[in-house]
Amino acid sequence: MPQYVMVESRDPFESRDVPYFYNLARDLAAKGEKVTLFLVQNGALASRKNAKGNPLTGLLDSSVEILVDAFSLSERGIQDSEKLTAVKTSGIDDLVCRIMAEDGTKILWH
Amino acid sequence: MPKTLTMSIMEPPYEAAASTTAMRIIDAALRRGINVNVFAYEGAVSLAVKEQKPHPNPVHGTTVEEEKHPTTKEFVTSLFELAKEKGVKLDWINCGFCVDERGAVNWVEGPRRGGPADFHKWVQESDATIVIPTK
Repeated sequence: MPQYVMVESRDPFESRDVPYFYNLARDLAAKGEKVTLFLVQNGALASRKNAKGNPLTGLLDSSVEILVDAFSLSERGIQDSEKLTAVKTSGIDDLVCRIMAEDGTKILWH
Repeated sequence: MPKTLTMSIMEPPYEAAASTTAMRIIDAALRRGINVNVFAYEGAVSLAVKEQKPHPNPVHGTTVEEEKHPTTKEFVTSLFELAKEKGVKLDWINCGFCVDERGAVNWVEGPRRGGPADFHKWVQESDATIVIPTK
């Protein structure tokens, strides 16, 4: 079964098309696909638990695994305590591992 | 047999975080013993331009030496050095048309000239492909 690694680099509060990317992740997972959403750059801003009207919360009851790049968090001064508990801190090395781990992995970048 | 990752990058230097992220991915892959192909398209062909110079920061009141402003050409050079050190292959193609349009013809050692057909071939031969578009 192919797995999807979806990389979101944009802030949902800046780009109105980010929720569509989240929805795609959610829909793929609902169809039984293994989906990882990796938040990087300004995409990391969505990991903040106190963000109001955060569309990322729509994924929290799905099977999508949500990761956030530690470097991007650090650059933006976001502490672990400020992060949604469902979002796991990760890194570029982990992203590379996931991309290369299985043949047929589909990588989408937004 | 080592795996191969192909990447397409398009952002010009000093414009967006995507260039830095791309460099980080290339670095991580090389350190893991993965061969990496980079197809630099559009503004990304300028990442390796040799004439780039670091600068002082008058706002901070720092000299060139104190500021240690990084240039993308140095990143490109260091990635080729890393590939050599790790015994893996880094192949970097700058899109020829994009180079000519921008006059970005003088590069640090490593990248070579090519075209989208090379990217197509790489995609077919690689274990994974990442396309990082412009915003």
